Amino acid sequence: MKIIKQLGLVLFLIGLGIFTGTLFTGSFSLSEAEFDEFITSKNYKSEIIKEELKKATVTEEDLNIFEFSSRVRNAYETSNNHYDTLIAKYDAEKNWDKKGEQYQYKIYGKPHTLSYEIAKKAGSGFVKKHGGLLWWFTFGLAIIGALLFILPNIILLGRPGIKHNGIYHEASTNRGWIAWLVLVYLVVFYLLLYFMADYVVNWTYILDPISKFLNGGPASQWFVYGFLYCVIMLVMAARMYIKYRHNKYQIIRTTSVLFFQIVFAFLIPEIMTSLNMPGYDFKNAFPLDYDFFFEWNLDSLRDSGAIGLFILVWGIILTLIIVPVMVYFFGKRWYCSWVCGCGGLAETLGDPYRQHSDKSLNAWKLERWLIHSVLMFSLVMTLVTLYCYFSGDEAFLGIKSQWIKDTYSFLIGAWFAGVIGTGFYPIFGNRVWCRFGCPLAAYLGLVQRFKSRFRITTNGGQCISCGNCSTYCEQGIDVRAYAQKGENIVRSSCVGCGICSAVCPRGVLKLENGPEKGRINPTDILLGNDVDLMDLVNQK
Amino acid sequence: MEHIVIIGNGISGVTAARHIRKLSDKKITIVSAETDYFFSRTALMYVYMGHMKFEHTQPYEDWFWKKNRIELKKGFVKQIETKSKTLHFAEGDTLQYDKLIIATGSKPNKFGWHGQDLDGVMGMYHKQDLEKLEKYAPNNKVCKRAVIVGGGLIGIELAEMLHSRHIPVTFLVRESSFWNGVLPEEESTMINREILANGIDLRLSTNLKEIVSDENGQVKSVIIQETGEEILCNVVGLTAGVSPNIDFIKDSSIETGRGVKVNRYLETNIPDVYAVGDCAEQHEGIDQRRTIEAVWYTGRMMGETVAQTICGNRIQYKPGHWFNSAKFFDIEYQTYGWVWAQPRENEARFYWEHKDGNKCIHINYDKNTRGFIGINTFGIRMRHEFFDKVLTKKESVDYVLEYLADANFDPEFYKLHEKDIVKKFNTENNTNIQLKKKSWKRIFA
Repeated sequence: MKIIKQLGLVLFLIGLGIFTGTLFTGSFSLSEAEFDEFITSKNYKSEIIKEELKKATVTEEDLNIFEFSSRVRNAYETSNNHYDTLIAKYDAEKNWDKKGEQYQYKIYGKPHTLSYEIAKKAGSGFVKKHGGLLWWFTFGLAIIGALLFILPNIILLGRPGIKHNGIYHEASTNRGWIAWLVLVYLVVFYLLLYFMADYVVNWTYILDPISKFLNGGPASQWFVYGFLYCVIMLVMAARMYIKYRHNKYQIIRTTSVLFFQIVFAFLIPEIMTSLNMPGYDFKNAFPLDYDFFFEWNLDSLRDSGAIGLFILVWGIILTLIIVPVMVYFFGKRWYCSWVCGCGGLAETLGDPYRQHSDKSLNAWKLERWLIHSVLMFSLVMTLVTLYCYFSGDEAFLGIKSQWIKDTYSFLIGAWFAGVIGTGFYPIFGNRVWCRFGCPLAAYLGLVQRFKSRFRITTNGGQCISCGNCSTYCEQGIDVRAYAQKGENIVRSSCVGCGICSAVCPRGVLKLENGPEKGRINPTDILLGNDVDLMDLVNQK
Repeated sequence: MEHIVIIGNGISGVTAARHIRKLSDKKITIVSAETDYFFSRTALMYVYMGHMKFEHTQPYEDWFWKKNRIELKKGFVKQIETKSKTLHFAEGDTLQYDKLIIATGSKPNKFGWHGQDLDGVMGMYHKQDLEKLEKYAPNNKVCKRAVIVGGGLIGIELAEMLHSRHIPVTFLVRESSFWNGVLPEEESTMINREILANGIDLRLSTNLKEIVSDENGQVKSVIIQETGEEILCNVVGLTAGVSPNIDFIKDSSIETGRGVKVNRYLETNIPDVYAVGDCAEQHEGIDQRRTIEAVWYTGRMMGETVAQTICGNRIQYKPGHWFNSAKFFDIEYQTYGWVWAQPRENEARFYWEHKDGNKCIHINYDKNTRGFIGINTFGIRMRHEFFDKVLTKKESVDYVLEYLADANFDPEFYKLHEKDIVKKFNTENNTNIQLKKKSWKRIFA
């Protein structure tokens, strides 16, 4: 069994190694014809960019993606610099007409995005040619390896039950060197994905065949991310199924997040795209889906006829009615640990790291400040965006629409949710984003705290303060602090994963939806002691 | 300002301190020789098993004590001078008190076995035991086999701990079946099975004769009393029960028996000296309880109670209905009310076991009045409040079965067994009890 496990690990690492290695392969250049076609499609007015880009991309040289990217970005910069100089010059000469003329020649957007667009067409080599085959040597090997590593646990873990043996002895799960390596890999992955997509263009070739099959077009970096997301969740769900095979709540919950990720977040949008509809994730509620009210999305929905209108109405109903009503009946868990994609990754890939959330009071204070600030940020951004959308102004309340959207996308969308939220799993735990950053979680949390039937019931006086519940709470709730007082746990941040209840050795905790009355029940004297004393102290 | 000194920073002493603080402004000092901060003793096993780090067993953050003005003193009390109300520490210093609470807990029993103080022999009670275990049994290369002597709760936990590091374990149990002084035969048999299923070498009706030393004063083997068999091992765990940790009091004027003798107000024979928790011994058992209750919950209750008395509301220690819990490897156990190992004269029993052999319930009731007396539940979680109410209202066994669905506390989506249980009861007792559907109204009434 151990040998199978080790073999699995080796295969996984080989798969991951090849996957990473592909980034350094391939040759990038355009033919004259391809170049002309691209330039025409772009409608550039600047002659300089045409000239510079041509020099950069139409070449006999054997360029790898990094050299290619650098050339494209240089061309971009040279062209813009040229016009910036002119602008400065005419500005000094107070030649306003001439100055104004120059702006049409400038190009906008991110240099890496331009580079990605060209590179996607310019690549050639083994990976691009044999994408399907490469899939087997990367995804295929890694999946098989990971499963070989995970499946023997059915036997190795022993009889069904909580088997957290050794979690704090292993370098991978106790913030050791393996955890740090994983962190670096994940952080670099997210930085490339969000900010330097051209560098990972080779990965898109691997998935081109699957993308073409699903939506008719070639794979983008977001397709790669979505596909990878599903694969990782599937494989790590197998791990969850084995680990919690005695716990039906965990089994069903895992199946649910898996279903919503694969069907709602991945397949339906892909199919919609192939049908020329806007690809929409029907479960992704605003304000987690922060660009729902951005101009480009509203325009796209408006141009999509009935389905666009339906999505618009659905999106609003989802946030304003479905989300709070469901939270009232079931707690925010229905979304955060049963439906949400971020939650889904946290509950599968992130499960081995759940114990790293900070349980201190200070962390709780930070959490409340941060998450509610992000919620406010997202609402202000949306307000400004909508005002500008309908009024045609560029700014509202002195805040520029474009600026606030860019800032939010960069700080919250990319850095907080991605780089920190997932990249830091191995060190800060699997719910950093959900706990400190997610504006939707903040909204759900407010409902859960003040108007919900959900609570974690503490079973009378049975708590022995062992601390398993707090240790394994991914949201950093000091569950024990409540349980040892015989008090139910009602916290806005609880995502209802149910692990505290699962790890409790004394059967003290139960997630349940019941009457609101008596849901919050602070006590000083616990059940089991003198009834008169309980009356005396608790009813004061 | 009155100075309350508490010896012992376990659950009893700390609970007392917390409640005294809630009720008053008195100066409070907690003395401990074991650790700087309160930790959950019951969780030590999870530290060795790698489920938690030691810091996770500490229920309060370090700032808690200062914020609540509870002073912590690390030191070993070697003598209590009650006349001058002075504690003398082994370190040489002294401490004055106005009121003293003794909450020193237990220590593992040693029955004078030959070799019981060798290196590699340990109990599993103090934090220091954990450190010793880490030293002598870090893995199965250093510790090729461990022998555990004594089949109680700590013994089986120690077996689980060692098993988690793949160390072969031989488990010597004096009784003919595990913990059958407390558990009825059926449950005891189930736990025997669970122990064996985890690959533990369980030896029932087996006593330790002696522990054999190697040339370095370390454990080499144990000899079995009955057969004379020698079992090679590197670690011996002595888990044959615990007794009050009160050696340092013996030559004071405080009356002691096996523990510190206290009345129902948890007062000792000396004014202003109290004792709570494992180390306190009642003159007579309360209700059907033992005179010494070495249980987490009772320690906590005594702490809650003595705080009232110390803060001017003198009340008796009057614990409610008995309850307890434990976990035997993967089988959770809860008990509410009394289910004795042997039924008493007036008692009848109802036993149900799931076909997987890992779940059961055992109900004890009065065969004349049909009054419910108690329940053992294994592998199924049940509501404390439900049974507390049932016992207070003196409901019948029939009532309990009728409303058993309200009692269930298993996580959502778990398979429910109440129908099956009630059916068996009806068949065996010729009754026609109809199981009521679970009702939130009743549960939270």
